[in-house]
Parts: sequence; structure tokens; C-alpha cells
Amino acid sequence: MAVSDLVLLEADHARFTTVLQRLCKDANARFVFLIDKNGQQLASAGDVSALDPTSLASLAAGNVAATDGLAKLLGEREFSILFHEGEHDNLHINVVGGKTILLVIFDERSSLGLVRLRVKKATAELAGIVHDITTRSQAQRAAVGSLAPFAEITDDDIDALFS
Amino acid sequence: MTFINYAAREINCKIVYYGPGLGGKTTNIQFIYDKTGTGSKGKLISLATESERTLFFDFLPIELGTIRGFRTRFHLYTVPGQVFYDASRKLILKGVDGVVFVADSQEARMDANVESIRNLRENLKEHGYTMERVPYVLQLNKRDLPTAVPTADLVSALRLNEEPVFEAVAPKGVGVFETLKAVVKSVLVDLKNR
Repeated sequence: MAVSDLVLLEADHARFTTVLQRLCKDANARFVFLIDKNGQQLASAGDVSALDPTSLASLAAGNVAATDGLAKLLGEREFSILFHEGEHDNLHINVVGGKTILLVIFDERSSLGLVRLRVKKATAELAGIVHDITTRSQAQRAAVGSLAPFAEITDDDIDALFS
Repeated sequence: MTFINYAAREINCKIVYYGPGLGGKTTNIQFIYDKTGTGSKGKLISLATESERTLFFDFLPIELGTIRGFRTRFHLYTVPGQVFYDASRKLILKGVDGVVFVADSQEARMDANVESIRNLRENLKEHGYTMERVPYVLQLNKRDLPTAVPTADLVSALRLNEEPVFEAVAPKGVGVFETLKAVVKSVLVDLKNR
């Protein structure tokens, strides 16, 4: 594989969640999501029970990927911030640490200026955590050479999925 | 890029259905969606043109069950098959864990099949993958059409290595789940062997 696999431990998730919860509160946002560039959700804050996080993550990642394509066409390295304004809800998207995407959904109780300000601070913290996870995953891969515990998967385990 | 989430005890993999335009990639995904129980699937997202041609991608998340205590979640994507949507195809292959190539069995589409495999190889290469390393399954779709080329001829022209080959009639579901199972199995075996 060209890209190292991402392994998210509970401690990583807790660190992400702490930052996202603070951001959600400070920015007066409705929901905050962190997803990876392939469209997988890593962590969230706010009451997301009424949303479909999986679809949101996939479409946001597609949106960022398409915007990256646009940037390259124009000779830019990237457009790091995307903003979608709706009648009630707005979506602020930015790339964090080159590998992850931060989504902030907010309504009239907040403002773009406040969100931008708070996101900037949170982004630095999140980028640090992403860096730690990436470094650890690469070191583990180099040391163990596999993705434990999946190295232990048997053919029977796989067949059982389809039974 | 497989994503293992120890916090949620789940493993997420990305499978991309690739192939020439109007070959039946979206129909495969649609059939899987229709036949999968509500609790095991998410929403089917189709970003299509007004004429129902895939514009950017179709997306369907499904859950197959648990393995070693981890829920297995597969994110199925299709690419737009039309030649001029190459930029979209490149983007969607990012982080792919397994590929299904949906070939159109009709004689008139043979050149399109060959060109699409060549295009797949090029686009995988741009992400640092090779066709030989990525888990890969070949599906020969539209086997019910009178203009379908004999299976042996298609295999001879399109099969690359020892990848599993399935005959399919996607609207009727023939071969659809067999293809999905084969690619899922290849992805998990690849994960195990890495």
C-alpha cells in the first residue's frame, strides 16, 4: 500500500473529542466533525443524532478532493478553507494537518468570523494530534510489520462474515 | 487506506467499482442497496446528471458483521465511466482498499473495456498503487445480452493475473453479491497479510 494505514486508539479519540467539544462551544456551533481525507469519520462533537455522519463525511471528503483538483488546475497548492452558506445552516470546512478535514456546522447563533477565529486555534491542536498518530502508526508498522490484531485473522473468520 | 478505529471498535475499508460508461457499476451498487437490510446499510448517495449518468460518484456504506470483535464497514464507491470524467475517477481512487472492474460484455464495448483498464492502471499508479498489488476482482456484466462476447474471450482479453472473475447480470442481481464477497475477502486477506 502506498499510504500507511490509520489506527485510531481510544486515547486519540478522547484527545480529538476534547478539542472538538471545546471548539463547538467556543464557536457556538451546532456540530463539529473531524474526518479523514478518504471520507471516514474520526470524531465529532454536538448532538449529531439527527444527522447522517457517514454520508456527511463521504460528501465532505469528495468536496475537498474536488476543490483540491480545482486548486491544481489554477496552479494553487490547495484551497485550505471552504465555506457553504445556507438559509439556516452554514458549513465551514478546512484541511487539518494535510490528512484530515474539520467540518463546523453553525447557524445564526454564531458568525463566520467567530468560527474562523476558533477554528484557527483548534486546527493547530488537531494537527498536532494527527501528527502524533501518523508518527506512531508508521513506527508501529516498522516495528511489528503488520496491523495487529488483524494479522491474526483466519480464513474462517472471513468466511463467517458471509455465512 | 484502511482505517481501524479502536475507540468505536470498527474497521473501515474503501472499495471502488471501476469500468467503462454504462457498464453497470451504479446498477451493482443499487442492487446491493435494495437487497441489504436496513440496519446494515447507510444511505445510497448518487451524484448523477439529469440523465442518471454518474457525475462524480455513488456511495453506499454497508456493514457485514464483526471480525475479532471489530465491526467491518465497507464504503462502496463507483466512478463515472465516461472518458471525460477522468479527474473525478482519480479523486475517488484515493485511499482505495479494493477494486471491482465492471466490464461490459458486449462486443461493441470491448475497446472501452480495454481503455478503462488501462486508465485504471494509470490512475492507481498516480496514487502509488499497482494493479498487481491492489485487491482486485473482474466482473463480466451484461451476460444476458445477445451481443455478449463468449466468456472465455473476455477472460482472455481482460483478465490480468489470477483475479477472481464473475459473470453478472446486474439488474437481476446475478453475480452481484458474489463479486462483492470476493472483493471483501481479497481486502481482508490483504489486510491480514500486510
